Order: sequence, then structure tokens, then C-alpha cells
Amino acid sequence: MKKSTRKFINTVLIEIALIIFSIFMFAPIFLAFTMSIQPPEFVFAYPPKIFPQGINIENYSQALKIVPFLRMMWNSLIVAFFITIGKMITGILAGYAYANFKFKGDSLTFGLIFATLYIPAEILLIIPLFQIISKLEWVNTYQAMIIPFTASATNVFLFQQHFKTIPKDFEDAARIDGATPMQYLIKIVLPLSRPVIGGAAIINFTYAWNMYLWPMIVAMKDDMKTVQVAINMIMNAESSNNWGIIMAATMIALLPTLLLFFLLQDLFVKSLVGTGLKG
Amino acid sequence: MRKWIPYIFILPTFVIISIFIYYPALNSFYLSFFKVSPFGNRKKFVWLDNYLELFSDDRFIRAFSFTIIFTIVTVVVSIFIAFFVALLLNQKVPGVRVFRTLIFAPYAVSTAVAGALWGFMLNPVVGHVNYMMKMLFGIQVNWITTIPYAAYAVIIAAIWKTLPFNIIFYIAGLQSIPDELVEAAKLDGANIWTRTWKLIFPLLSPITYYLVIMSIISAMFQSFAIIDVMTRGGPGDYTTNMIYRVYLDGFRFSNTGRASAESIILFLIMIVVTFVYFKFGRKNVHYQ
Repeated sequence: MKKSTRKFINTVLIEIALIIFSIFMFAPIFLAFTMSIQPPEFVFAYPPKIFPQGINIENYSQALKIVPFLRMMWNSLIVAFFITIGKMITGILAGYAYANFKFKGDSLTFGLIFATLYIPAEILLIIPLFQIISKLEWVNTYQAMIIPFTASATNVFLFQQHFKTIPKDFEDAARIDGATPMQYLIKIVLPLSRPVIGGAAIINFTYAWNMYLWPMIVAMKDDMKTVQVAINMIMNAESSNNWGIIMAATMIALLPTLLLFFLLQDLFVKSLVGTGLKG
Repeated sequence: MRKWIPYIFILPTFVIISIFIYYPALNSFYLSFFKVSPFGNRKKFVWLDNYLELFSDDRFIRAFSFTIIFTIVTVVVSIFIAFFVALLLNQKVPGVRVFRTLIFAPYAVSTAVAGALWGFMLNPVVGHVNYMMKMLFGIQVNWITTIPYAAYAVIIAAIWKTLPFNIIFYIAGLQSIPDELVEAAKLDGANIWTRTWKLIFPLLSPITYYLVIMSIISAMFQSFAIIDVMTRGGPGDYTTNMIYRVYLDGFRFSNTGRASAESIILFLIMIVVTFVYFKFGRKNVHYQ
């Protein structure tokens, strides 16, 4: 066989494998979208439809009636936004301390932070965390969903690694000019770290937006629940099993992060790898 | 003054992790030695009773073994497929960017949504998977409500959810392997099989180790949402894993002591996994 023919066959085989795999990965999202805008007479059609047979937003308005969805969107947004801000601030400050200062106890304290790297507190520690939150009388509040998660080893570690790559000369020059460490951080270090800050922000936001178990436990009143929990509520409430409505709710919950991902795919991928590999 | 600056900078992180990770972890350990009344107002020191009860309780043993099986299957299958797909996505073929976008998309989807999507796909009435299986093999399966299919259902959803993360890392790893290295192996007469398993896979071992630990965490903990949305741990307690057991005992049955003991065991498993990872994993890893 000629080399070019073999290459062509290889390419075709790879294409076929990738098409099949892409369908496996994307079909659930696409078919859920189809189902969510399907006119009622096609919801239980057999065989199930791949493409929408018309446009029907009734499912969405139904979903919005069953649970206070807009309010829950707002809750998710508040929670994810403030967790992101909190993690970034604590991570930047601590990362800066470990990257630019030598101090007594630095490796001990760093070790204590690092040890929590693989502990998903919001899942593993629900029992004792809930007791703390009850004692503080924070049940059904935003602070219960936000404050425990405003610091993480991953962020400290990420910023420490990144700040170490900034040349020492900059710091010396700033000091000679009379800048305080805080001024140096804000005026020099942060502007030089924009891509890392942006990347960390979208990854922290996605993680916080997608939290499930903890918000489910601490938000008992409907108007404090988050979007992720709403999916489960709708599945319970929809005893008629109207999958059109359930998938409409699912689409509402997944659209914000999916759109963010489509718009910023390269940044997502780059920062995921950049943050992860060093962990 | 300058001496105090770094301490002030690390203070916020320390306050948060002390109050919301270290203190609760220690408290959990402490509580695991007590029987606590449902409203938490009375507790009695029972030494190791909670632990001993767990290991003589079938429900816990089932949750324990389901966790182990679920984790091993999910991690192994996900890592293996991810490596293979990354190899394909790293080829220069037409449309590779579109494939990447479609394949990475589930990364942005939450675990709860993943559960809802696969609950829909596997539904016997409206689901496409069942329709395809009927067409191809003439069989109909009640995925969510029958043994052993309920386990397959949650495993499929969990693998689907973890794949993009793993693929993204493998692609990044593949791109960091110098072309000359692969070309040299080609000139030495190594075929594609040898090149893949004797050269590329060992070169990517740091990534594989990292992905294994991340996938273990995700299979043991993040899978809670998938299980809760899809099967609620059922049928019976067939798909109840350890973290689901903690949730049920702690919040449904208000058995705090027991749930604490269960989370301590989960905690110990994590410590062992992390220890093995750092002690032995890193030593056997090939660094460039």
C-alpha cells in the first residue's frame, strides 16, 4: 500500500472514532435540549425524537412555576460569586506571603494548608460542619453556603507557584522606590498575574456553582435553595414524569456554566491544566 | 512591622481552614466515640461501639464494597478511555477543534445535572439508550430500578462526567512530549503499539498519577449528586455508597455518632490513598 493511501485510511478511522465518541459525550446535552423545547404531543413519542419537532417554551414556564427558579438562580449566583471572590482574596494573600517572604513557621503552616488539598470538606465534613452552622444559627443563610469555602489549599498553592515566577528584581526595585509590600502586590504583582487570576476565577466559579450536597443540607427553605438542588426538587415534584419539564429545569441549571465554557474554552483548558498539574 | 506582614497575609486562610476544616475534622473524630441523641442535647461516651457496630452491619459493609467497586471501575475505565481519546484528539485531522469542544463540554456540567441527563437517557420510556438497545439487541432494561443495571447507570454517568477533565490533562501532556522523541523511536523501528505503551504512556505517568487521585476523590465524593439524582441509593440500598450512607445516617436517621464514625472511616481511606500516592506513586513516576 502506498504511504499516502495508508495515511488517508488512518485519518478516516480516526475521524469515525472521534465522531462516535463526540456523540457519546454531547448527545445527552443535545437530547436534553431537544426534550426541553419539545411540544407536548412529542414528549412521550416513540421512538424518541432526536430533533425538536417545533419550538415550545411551555416546559420552561412550567418549570419556573413548580419551583421558584429565578430566585434559586439568584441564590446560586450570589453563592458562587462570593465563594470565588473569597477564595481568590485569601489565596492571593497567602500565596504572596509564601512566595515573597521567609518567616518563622512558613514551612509548617504551608504544610498545614497543603494537607487539606485533597479533603473535599463540603462533602466529607457535612456532619460536624452542620453542627457548627447550627450553633452559629446560620442555617438557611447565604453565609452558611459561602464562608466555610472561602479559602482553599489549591488557590494558595496556585498563586504561590505563579508569584514565584515573577522576577525578584521587580520587588527590589519597588522597595527602593519606597513601595510597601501591599502596594507592590496591588500595583505590580496582580497586573502581571491577570491570566492566572482570570483562569482561577472561572474554575472556582464553576466549582461553586455546581456544589450540591452542602447547599441541599443547609438551605431548607425553598427560597434559599440553589439551582442544582432545584433539579432534584423538580424530579420529585413531577410525579407525572413529564421529562419535558424536568429537562427544561436541567437546561436552566447547566446553561450558565456551559455558555461560559463555550465562550472561554481555551482559557478554561489552559488554566485547568496550569492549576492542576502543579497540584 | 515588616516581620508581621506575612502572618497577616496568611491569617484569613488559616482562620477559615481551622474553623471549617480542622476543627470539624477533629470534632467528627471526637463525636465518633459517642452516642448522640437525635436532637444533639445528650451524648454518651461509648468508646469504639460505633465502629464495631458498623463492621457488623450489612448496610455499611454493602456501602463500603459498593464504594470500592464503583471507584475502581470508574477510575480505571475513565483513565483508560481518556488516554485513548487524547491520543486521537492530538492527531492533526480535520475538525479536531469541533470534536474537542463537544467532548470537553461535560466538564462544565455539574454532577447533579449529569445525573439528571443520564436519568433521562436511560429512562425506559423516553430515553434514547433503551430505544437503541431495543433496535440493536432486542432488549429493554429498567436501568434505574433493577439490580445490577442501577450500578451500571450511575457508573456510566460518573465516567461521562470525569472523562473531559482527564482528557484535557492527557492532551496537555501529549503536547509537551517533543516530536523528535517520537520520531526517533519511529526510526528505531518501534511500531505504534510499542511507541504508545513503552514511550508515551510512561512519559505521561506523572499525569496519570495525578488523574488517578483526582478521579478517586471524584468517584468517592462528587458522585453523591449523581447517585442522589438518579437512584437515591436504590433499588433498596444497592447503589448507596459510603458518602450517601453518611448523609442518610446523619440527616435522615439523625444518628450523628454513627455518621461521624462513617466519615472518619472515609477520611482514613483518603489519608491512606494520599499517603500511598505521595510515598510510592511519586517514586515510580518517570520525570522528564
